[in-house]
Amino acid sequence: MAELMYREALNQALAEEMERDANVFLIGEEVGRYQGAFKVSQGLLDKFGSARIIDAPISELGFTGLGVGAAMVGLRPVVEMMTWNFAILAMDQIVNNAAKLRHMSGGQLRCPIVFRGPGGAGGRLSSQHSQALEANYAHFPGLKVIAPATPADAKGLLKSAIRDENPVIMIEGERLYALKGEVPEGEHIVPIGKADVKREGKDVSIITWSRMYYFVEEAAKQLEAEGISVEILDLRTLRPLDEEAILATVRKTNRAVVVEEGWPLAGIGAQVVDIIQSKAFDDLDAPVVRVTGLDVNMSYATNLENAIQPDAPRIIAAVKKVLYREGA
Amino acid sequence: MFGGLAVASKYSKDLLLTMYRKMYLMRRFEERAGQQYGLGKIAGFCHLYIGQEAVAAGVEEAIRPDDYMLSGYRDHAQPLARGSDAGMVMAELFGRTGGYSKGKGGSMHIFDIEHHFYGGYGIVGAQIGLAAGMAFASRYRNEDRITVCYFGDAAANQGIFHETLNMAAKWKLPVLYICENNRYGMGTAIARVAAVPEIHKRGEAFGIRHEAVDGMDVLKMYEAVKDAAAYIRAGNGPVLMEANTYRFRGHSMADPATYRTKQEVEDERKNDPIPRLKEYALKHKLAKEEEFGAIEEEVKLQVDAAVKFADESPEPDLSELWKDTIVEEGEEDVRPRERVLGQKVTKWPKYPSGQELKVTWDLEPREQAEKADKAAGLKR
Ligand SMILES: Cc1ncc(C[n+]2csc(CCOP(=O)(O)OP(=O)(O)O)c2C)c(N)n1
Ligand SMILES: [Mg+2]
Repeated sequence: MAELMYREALNQALAEEMERDANVFLIGEEVGRYQGAFKVSQGLLDKFGSARIIDAPISELGFTGLGVGAAMVGLRPVVEMMTWNFAILAMDQIVNNAAKLRHMSGGQLRCPIVFRGPGGAGGRLSSQHSQALEANYAHFPGLKVIAPATPADAKGLLKSAIRDENPVIMIEGERLYALKGEVPEGEHIVPIGKADVKREGKDVSIITWSRMYYFVEEAAKQLEAEGISVEILDLRTLRPLDEEAILATVRKTNRAVVVEEGWPLAGIGAQVVDIIQSKAFDDLDAPVVRVTGLDVNMSYATNLENAIQPDAPRIIAAVKKVLYREGA
Repeated sequence: MFGGLAVASKYSKDLLLTMYRKMYLMRRFEERAGQQYGLGKIAGFCHLYIGQEAVAAGVEEAIRPDDYMLSGYRDHAQPLARGSDAGMVMAELFGRTGGYSKGKGGSMHIFDIEHHFYGGYGIVGAQIGLAAGMAFASRYRNEDRITVCYFGDAAANQGIFHETLNMAAKWKLPVLYICENNRYGMGTAIARVAAVPEIHKRGEAFGIRHEAVDGMDVLKMYEAVKDAAAYIRAGNGPVLMEANTYRFRGHSMADPATYRTKQEVEDERKNDPIPRLKEYALKHKLAKEEEFGAIEEEVKLQVDAAVKFADESPEPDLSELWKDTIVEEGEEDVRPRERVLGQKVTKWPKYPSGQELKVTWDLEPREQAEKADKAAGLKR
């Protein structure tokens, strides 16, 4: 197995899928000659030419609509959002067209398309450039939503997304692109809809995804030193949620903390908690606790920015709360 | 009434009668749809095409049946012109299982993929972006088909219009944009909200061919589209065509249209494209009064049958709620005529596999890019 950066793993998935299927093309801002705003498409223009690696004008709604139209007639577009903040301009085409085409046409049309790009706090970028928007998309029937934490999952999930017959939203971690990890070579597929137990434990389950996984891992290590054994469930797919895996871990540890970068109201964590309370109520030894981004806009100042996002100390405090340990 | 000598016409009798039949079908269909709305059989938003028939009929005869087409929510008539089953369109308006979308889409979302009608869209202007993508796919696969995209005058004020025309022009996409300028977006006269109400002039900003056509004259539409389609098919890029037309009825069934004068509507009705074509054909002695009568009679029966079919079609089964949201693995696409009428559908779109397909198009040729870089002293 090779050690690759998250962005390299994505690049590999794109290159392999484009090699395998000439219907796949990539469109987005700066994906071609600039080699990608985050260098995910490095080298692809040279390999596949300008009809398949397309530098789009700054017209998010327009090129997203173009992608959806191409998918309606048999191509398999990958639409790169420079960041998901900008994709808000494209939301109409994603939500009102891509997600609803199969339905409105009574099953005549399909829309195999991937919308992908970075989400979450960028680092000292203030409120317009630092949003975890996955909950918005997870809301809509007709879409699938994935948010991998590791390079291996990034590769395997992107390959699945490109092969999927439905519109898939892929939220990559803006701060994860340079992160390294082992990535299986060649045909490495991670199925959409399957969560992954990233750490086995017995005292408490922490359910999370994307970049928050690393804060959870840090918290788990510290808790282990205190004799608390944490199980980490990385959801990886946010729509459809892997209910089975969520219930299995809760039934095992009887306690759960849900960690998400985004805002609390109508967050994905709220749905996870609902799944637990409605289907595993009798398995719980304590109310589930959520750790979320604070319910405010992101600030530029370092101390404010840090305070807004979940971190290991807040996660540890939440774990102690569900374990009824003092100091929580 | 025109008596005397026939004036020579360059059009065949067949063409004129086909157009007449289509326009008459659209008219009768929409009149019946309006009537059924009044009876409570159709609900929600229902936008009639009455008055604009020359546009859809002229376009259809000027393009190929396998060219792609999409429209907004005023979308009952164009599929009828393409050959869609009137009963199945009516059943969709009724919300019945016999509709093209099993009653899930309704009046604003008619889809008939077999006839290459890729839908009616309810978000003003959204189909403009989709059309560019479909045209892109044709170019990508090196097919010579074009995409025809209808939208309204008010839709031309949407951002997607400008974003998409820019890309379509830059990448020379084979798409014909037809703005049906009926002078109003709901109750707002286009002149009140458009700095330049002659929509076609906006093509100038993108360096593309643009033109205005009398959309109340089916032959003018036919000529203009025939020429534009050939130009687009030859690889010259998109055309923005403005069809100046008028809707005789309100914006939707809910609109009494009090924002325009009776006189204005009366004046426009004098331009009714249907009698206009008939007069032309009679004047040129291309058809006899009785032939029109026979067509009208046949169409009336066809529309009666369509209403009867819709009326007798059951509501969709509740199990349908859980279908057609996500495509499950191995799931096939639904072919409506097969599903509803049990007729074998053979013309369903088939695309080359990822191994068969050879992409030969270069959107921004590399030599060109390298040359430009070199001239600028850039090294990449
Ligand atoms: C984005 C959006 N805004 C508003 C509406 C409500 N609406 C529906 S049709 C319409 C007027 C559109 O007029 P035009 O584009 O000229 O088409 P026409 O109805 O005349 O055929 C409006 C405002 C909508 N459906 N979508
Ligand atoms: Mg209008």
